[in-house]
Amino acid sequence: MDSMMLVAILAVAIRAGTSLVFATIGEIYTERSGILNLGIEGIMLMSAMTGFAVAYHSNSAWAGVAAAMVMGALLALIHAFLTITLRADQVVSGLALTIFAGGLASFMGQRLGPNGGPLVGMVGPRFEKLAIPFLADLPLVGRPLFQQDALVYLMYILVPVSAFYLYHTRQGLHMRAVGENPHTADAKGISVGGTRYFYTMAGGALVGLGAAHLSLAYTPGWTENLTGGRGWIAIALVIFAMWDPWRAVLGALLFGAINAIQFRLQAMGTTIPAAFLGMLPYIFTIVVLVAITWFESARKRVGAPAALGIPYVREERH
Amino acid sequence: MKIHVEKRLEPSRSAAVLIPVFSVVVALILGGILLALVGANPIETYKAMLVGAFGSRYAISETLVKAVPLMLTGLGVSIAFRMLFWNIGGEGQLAMGGFLTAGFALFVAPKLLTAMEPMIGALNGAGLDFLAIALPRTVLLTGVIAAGFVGGAMWGLVPALLKAYIGVNEIIVTLMMNYIAILWVEYLFYGPWKDPQGYGFPGTAEISELAWLPRFTGTRVNLGLIIAVVAAFLLWVVLNRTKWGYEIRVIGENPDAARYAGINRVRNIVLVMILSGGLCGLAGMTEVAGISHRLQKGLTVGYGYTAIIVAWLAKLNPWAVLVVAFLLAGLLVGGDQIQITMGLPASVALVLQGIILFLVLGGDILTKYRIVIDRPTDPTLSGAESNS
Repeated sequence: MDSMMLVAILAVAIRAGTSLVFATIGEIYTERSGILNLGIEGIMLMSAMTGFAVAYHSNSAWAGVAAAMVMGALLALIHAFLTITLRADQVVSGLALTIFAGGLASFMGQRLGPNGGPLVGMVGPRFEKLAIPFLADLPLVGRPLFQQDALVYLMYILVPVSAFYLYHTRQGLHMRAVGENPHTADAKGISVGGTRYFYTMAGGALVGLGAAHLSLAYTPGWTENLTGGRGWIAIALVIFAMWDPWRAVLGALLFGAINAIQFRLQAMGTTIPAAFLGMLPYIFTIVVLVAITWFESARKRVGAPAALGIPYVREERH
Repeated sequence: MKIHVEKRLEPSRSAAVLIPVFSVVVALILGGILLALVGANPIETYKAMLVGAFGSRYAISETLVKAVPLMLTGLGVSIAFRMLFWNIGGEGQLAMGGFLTAGFALFVAPKLLTAMEPMIGALNGAGLDFLAIALPRTVLLTGVIAAGFVGGAMWGLVPALLKAYIGVNEIIVTLMMNYIAILWVEYLFYGPWKDPQGYGFPGTAEISELAWLPRFTGTRVNLGLIIAVVAAFLLWVVLNRTKWGYEIRVIGENPDAARYAGINRVRNIVLVMILSGGLCGLAGMTEVAGISHRLQKGLTVGYGYTAIIVAWLAKLNPWAVLVVAFLLAGLLVGGDQIQITMGLPASVALVLQGIILFLVLGGDILTKYRIVIDRPTDPTLSGAESNS
């Protein structure tokens, strides 16, 4: 492989990985506060559909992004209400959210197009690539890094900001305290329920932002099952990332690269059937998950927030 | 006055019955609002769904046709959920069950039939005509059932081994394996297994008629229904009458106690997932050998995901799984009907399922907790209470 090809793969890897970075960081926030949200595949579908529908009718891609984020937060609110207030099982509630939101996206996608018709196949506004002056002219990395769409640049800002927020602010400390030891956090006067509500919804909004990148930039438009399991891959990436935003970027880029290589091989007219290339991201997810679990358990280091998945009830001590 | 919730010592029985009923009613109202929003008449739509699913002998038989794979996958995932192994891979296990069923029926069955020819000839010669007819059918039916079970079981075994020995998150693994299985089956019927006489139709050639599951006269309902009922019975026996079932329940209800009692976790995960995957594989078998008679596009339509709702609404009880699967199948058939007759998206059925599950989940708090209204305490009253 020559350097030109590596540069081309890096460019696609970033584009393909952006939605995963947003979704993974969103889920990291939610899980850091102690809530496991398995509904993000459904949230992504519904947010991608909503984002495209709003952008299509308002003719503004940014309005679409805002709508996708609001939709993500609202759907996450259902999960928060069920699991925090009503103490429902987090696994089942998340699965229910995926089935509900996935079905709703499919349903509304048939109705939110022009004249109450289907949205599938419509062409709307999208985020075009914008080259950043000077930076885009850097040798090798210039074009893949700095000739991208606006949401990719937003991701460049979001990652360091969210890592700083998580580790170096009081709010970040509270979030982690609630996820690690809610009883102590409660005793210190931090509202456990309120914190969890906030980060479940904030996480949902970020997942919605990732979905907006899919339907407004990476694969513009709406089709059934547009996400192709990216929501689930993001959940696997959270484990890969050990709940750390920087490592989330690394994981998402790896996945993006797999996607890029898959398309490149197809474009080169390989003899490997398309179905096998299509399996690559899923096989890779399993392999990575196995490796990371093996590696981390060998080092006796478990990165999961201690109270992840456990409902908090003040009177019941664990 | 303040309101708080208090844990019940015993789960409330009336709440356990009332909540599902209430949930369905509220889900229908919310779904009705959604339908009204897109300009459909909710009452007319529900009526069309009801008639489409249960309005005639034919409608009921078609609902049963959809209920069978839901029953089998529902039973499959519920046994895994019993021990808190989150098998979300019913869809992939179903696909692999269908794959091995078709593989057996297309490639192994003809060889078996050739091998049996002398024996069949001998039976005919001995005047045992009925045996000569029954022998090949029995062999092939046993073969497809075994193939379906094994196909699903091997797909369930992978996440089980990874979980048992390394501790890999089974939710992700089972899910990723769904995508892999679906792509694999598509590869086969679009590629090497495609029927050369199929005019480009994505599917394999038809399997030998001797490997078809027998049908009830005049319907598409087949042996699969009986297999599902027998599976429910066996599962009930295992769970309630055997030591193994007891171990599964202990692992699910109290993992710490299971560890102290020396229950073998690895062995149980592996065995339960063989059974769970196998049952889901049987669902794929009934689709291939009972309905389409070939491996074709449309094998995976989401039964493995709906199975999760079935299992949870049935509270993981095998008999209840059969009933819930039948009702949810009615919802799916009704959804298809309104798509055909009223041009409404069939996905309204998925939306209704999701809402029902949300409400049942949320309502569960009332079975486990009671809502108490605190009144300002009167010292004389509380004194009197403590004396009595």
